[in-house]
Amino acid sequence: MLQIACTLFLYILLVIPVGNYLYKVATFKHTFMDRILDKVDNTIYRFCGIDIHQEMDWKKYAFSLVLVNALMLLIGFIILRIQALPIFNPNAIGGMESTLSFNTVISFMTNTNLQHYAGESGLSYFSQMTVIIFMMFTSAASGYAACIAFVRGLVGKDKTNMGNFFVDFTRIITRVLLPLSFIVSLLLVWQGVPQNFSGNIIAHTISGVYQDIAMGPVAALESIKHIGTNGGGFFGANSSVPFENPTIISNIIELYSMMILPGSCVIMFGKMVDERKGSQKKSIFGSEGRTIFIAMGILFLISLALCYVSEMAGNPSLQQIGLSQAMGNMEGKEMRFGISQSALFTTTTTSFTTGTVNNMHDTLTPMGGFVPLLNMMLNLVFGGKGVGLMNMIIYVILTVFICGLMIGRTPEYLGKKIGGKEMKLTALCIIIHPLLILAFSALAVSMQAGLQGISNPGFHGLTQVLYEFASSAANNGSGFEGLADNSVFWNVTTGIVMFLGRYLAIVIQLAIAGSLMKKQFVPETVGTLKTSTVTFTIALVLIIYIFAALTFFPALSLGPIAEHFVLWG
Amino acid sequence: MKQSKQNKLLTKEILIDSIKGAFVKLNPLYMIKNPVMFVVEVGFLITLILCFVPDLFGGDNSLRVYNIIVSVVLFVTVLFANFAEAVAEGRGKAQAASLKKTQKDTKARLLDANGNETIVSSNELKKGDIVIVSAGELIPNDGEVIEGVASVDESAITGESAPVVRESGGDFCSVTGGTTVVSDYLKIRITSDPGNSFLDRMISLVEGASRKKTPNEIALNTLLVSLTIIFLIVIVTLYPIGKYSGVTLSISTLVALTVCLIPTTIGGLLSAIGIAGMDRVTRFNVIAMSGKAVEACGDVDTMILDKTGTITFGNRLAAEFLPVEGIDKSELVNAAMISSLFDETPEGKSTLDLGKKLGFEVPKVESKEVFEFSAQTRMSGVDLVNGIKIRKGASDAISHYIQEIGGRIPSDLKKHVDEVAYLGGTPLTVCSDDKILGVIYLKDTVKPGMKERFERLRAIGIKTIMCTGDNPLTAATIAGEAGVDDFIAECKPEDKIDVIKREQDKGKIVAMTGDGTNDAPALAQANVGLAMNSGTTAAKEAANMVDLDSDPTKILEVVEIGKQMLITRGSLTTFSIANDIAKYFAIIPAMFMIAIPELAVLNIMHLSSPLSAILSALIFNAIIIPCLIPLAMKGVKYRPMSSNKMLIRNLLIYGVGGVITPFIAIKIIDVIIYPLLVMIGL
Repeated sequence: MLQIACTLFLYILLVIPVGNYLYKVATFKHTFMDRILDKVDNTIYRFCGIDIHQEMDWKKYAFSLVLVNALMLLIGFIILRIQALPIFNPNAIGGMESTLSFNTVISFMTNTNLQHYAGESGLSYFSQMTVIIFMMFTSAASGYAACIAFVRGLVGKDKTNMGNFFVDFTRIITRVLLPLSFIVSLLLVWQGVPQNFSGNIIAHTISGVYQDIAMGPVAALESIKHIGTNGGGFFGANSSVPFENPTIISNIIELYSMMILPGSCVIMFGKMVDERKGSQKKSIFGSEGRTIFIAMGILFLISLALCYVSEMAGNPSLQQIGLSQAMGNMEGKEMRFGISQSALFTTTTTSFTTGTVNNMHDTLTPMGGFVPLLNMMLNLVFGGKGVGLMNMIIYVILTVFICGLMIGRTPEYLGKKIGGKEMKLTALCIIIHPLLILAFSALAVSMQAGLQGISNPGFHGLTQVLYEFASSAANNGSGFEGLADNSVFWNVTTGIVMFLGRYLAIVIQLAIAGSLMKKQFVPETVGTLKTSTVTFTIALVLIIYIFAALTFFPALSLGPIAEHFVLWG
Repeated sequence: MKQSKQNKLLTKEILIDSIKGAFVKLNPLYMIKNPVMFVVEVGFLITLILCFVPDLFGGDNSLRVYNIIVSVVLFVTVLFANFAEAVAEGRGKAQAASLKKTQKDTKARLLDANGNETIVSSNELKKGDIVIVSAGELIPNDGEVIEGVASVDESAITGESAPVVRESGGDFCSVTGGTTVVSDYLKIRITSDPGNSFLDRMISLVEGASRKKTPNEIALNTLLVSLTIIFLIVIVTLYPIGKYSGVTLSISTLVALTVCLIPTTIGGLLSAIGIAGMDRVTRFNVIAMSGKAVEACGDVDTMILDKTGTITFGNRLAAEFLPVEGIDKSELVNAAMISSLFDETPEGKSTLDLGKKLGFEVPKVESKEVFEFSAQTRMSGVDLVNGIKIRKGASDAISHYIQEIGGRIPSDLKKHVDEVAYLGGTPLTVCSDDKILGVIYLKDTVKPGMKERFERLRAIGIKTIMCTGDNPLTAATIAGEAGVDDFIAECKPEDKIDVIKREQDKGKIVAMTGDGTNDAPALAQANVGLAMNSGTTAAKEAANMVDLDSDPTKILEVVEIGKQMLITRGSLTTFSIANDIAKYFAIIPAMFMIAIPELAVLNIMHLSSPLSAILSALIFNAIIIPCLIPLAMKGVKYRPMSSNKMLIRNLLIYGVGGVITPFIAIKIIDVIIYPLLVMIGL
């Protein structure tokens, strides 16, 4: 417990300066790295023929984002299909099957990093670097760029200009992702994570068997995997493998790496709003950012507590056959992490939609497994790559609408009136997520092709299915594992869900911001709904829970909830 | 009379009409406009079919009775929602009917170009026709007085029994069809075509026939539709997911769950709230041209009010006697009272009143000659039989008069006059023969209660701006006394438009009241324009609301009604969504308990049987609609307070209350219906 509290306290201290830095990058303010990086950026702009003065409205911005992503999808697909070529391929890995390639490129381009393959046996080093690591940077940068544009729209300093996608995209990579990854990589190498191009080593173990020890550019992948809230491991077993995550220190480094940028986004948002309002008060989070940060924090802590308590309670069935559960449910967990660091990692990876795992989620207790599932169904507890903030603001708009009516005014947020058009888009945005999860889950359990993947029938099997689609739709990518998911059915359906879950949401959200930014500012009076109050924060959290509960409660009650009561009943 | 009408929610006629209306509205083509209730109606049709063919979707025949009960409850749910709307409309219709009575076909005396009179039916009158109306006759249609002065009884429209004066030219030249001339005659130019008169439009507005959805209503409707879609997704996918888990759900149960979850409470009451809001405005004797205007009232940030008539009585009333040096106060009061004995103006009357209040006797004198106030002389007075000449009037006029007859101007007169002007009053100088006695301080009196009202407005964030033709000094004094936030002195009609535009540029919603023709552009520019019925046709056309009582302070009430309408919608939405939690706890265990007995833990209300649980939730869902009709009609109680306080209050009442209420109600219903269900073998 103390361990968790210290970790989270340190996080708050870390996120503030990084948030401030992100704010400066987003608003083109001077930072200490400008002297070098301006030159680097200008070279890139010149090389790519980017006109940095070009202004984009939301349509242009969204179009540029989708187009750039589509191009990278295509290139990635080709590379995976021809990876058998002997370029950086010491282990002589063959080409990837087409539906698996389809799934893999979408998975990494959408920042989901759902893996239906095992890295050590399915990818050449060339693919690891040019598809996997490359997309880990570009997909995260796409997400953050969309988030910055979205916030610019909400803040509304300009009526149409959301910024320039190419400029934002470049600056996020050069100023945020690369420097941070570099630092984190070195830290991980210090902890013993390999970073080389050697082939696998075959070791003769003391028990007399031969074992393949995987090698490769692991630290490079590991750093951006967390910083970009990507989550796809170099190895099949992800961050539970000692070569990805050898020590408790590397575990905490990885935790902070995935938490730092989503939290910073909220601070960036708060500061950008304050700047527009011309607020003189120096506030760490910005008054509007604080509401969101606290709401996210409450959701996170509730999840964490539930997960921790459930795991500590252990498994009564194992207790009965005489296995001590004094340490809690240790099945599928690493001894070096224990319950605290595992529960924290599980909650974090699904809140911050990273998808990396340091323990096997399939073996969590029913309610312990309920937590990551719920986090992904909410998809806004900090969330990954800026998108979490965007999703959260959709719920803020919804809450503003309901609360605004209750005080007798046309609802307004950040000085903009929420009208029919915004409500329509907001509603659409809220519908997509449950539609993807529930409709595809229903499809999977009613088709033989889907049912074949379920390794553990009954309630747990339903949880596996729900988890797979929730993870895809939320672009999380963590696997419940246990699901035999490398089949045409699963590759194609999850591919579609990941694609729609990512791009539909981003485009609609940019459209909302685009529509709001055109509106005239409404002055704040005593009659205006204050969104920076405790009341509003509580209302926001409740509305999020109620909407999630209303949407997913029936399905959840047949999955983890039923399993829980059967286990304990 | 108005008050009693307001308190009574339902009369027998409205009730009967509404029940009929509820059935008429079952027409699917009409229902589809309300998607939430349309889904319920479709659900009803599905379960209705299942009553006859229970095994249509592979279920078994044993569920026939259950299907029948579900379909009856669904049918009643739809009827309740329709009934709510019909009641709201019915109240408007009743009012429209009384208006229609005045719209009888009347004979009109049409004048042709040569001045010849012909008798025609009022329906044949066209715009531009000239008619003559004498005492005792009905004014055939809306028009403008072009000749004559008459008193007109407008009680048919305003409910106000005292007749009002209508005359050609100026701001009192507009007359409304259906009102009666009670004295003299009027020559009127007709300004509207038949069927398009003010009364016609009022009737259609009150009936709700021309009702359009307001912007917030559209946005809220979007939210409700999207919630409905989400729940449809949940239910449709639940069937295969349940099947996988070994739970076979009957179609009726799924329909019941759908209907329970979709926001039927607010969906069923939404249009009723809108209609009732308009109706409440009407009951205040204000006719709103659209629901949008009423709703916009809730958003008003700035209110522009005329000083005269709105904030002050407009009459200048005597407030103090200020004798010049060397003159006894009683001498001044006595002369002032004498001069006012024959003065019928409010100034004169109030001078007498003030004298009496100060304890002076009304002097008994005989007059030789009375001089009435005129714009030329700017003074009035009386020559008494005993030769004394008493005058009172504007200070410079009296000074001039005294100098002419060789009198002396006291040195401190100017001081008194300036003092009064500084305080925002009008000084009236009094003289007797060639001697100036002193000054009467005439004060423009702020209407009682105005200060409190502005306080209320400030509390909800509305800024008030007073417009007046007075000089800045006077304006500042009145503004301070009334407690308005800002004022514009020496205000011309163009200035009003400028102020409105300036405020609107800052993103503010502006409301204003006006009556004169020169107010029309400003009324049109303002987001909410409230015209006085006594005002000109131009002003009424430009405004989006007309106050039949011509009481400019009404705008304050309309603002509160606008807010109340939004609050009612928001609160019932919150209530409706919050209700779903309890419904889940009733229905989910009921659906799954048989296949998965462990889920009985979720049955926290300990409902007696699965069927009883589902039906209890469904019945609660139906009866909550009529239970909330009174709230929808009257609106949520509104008290001005800070936005945060109001949010907390409403969240507690409708949010927390919305979570708790159904738990209790469903349990009670379960206790009642379970024995009945056992009796019929379920």
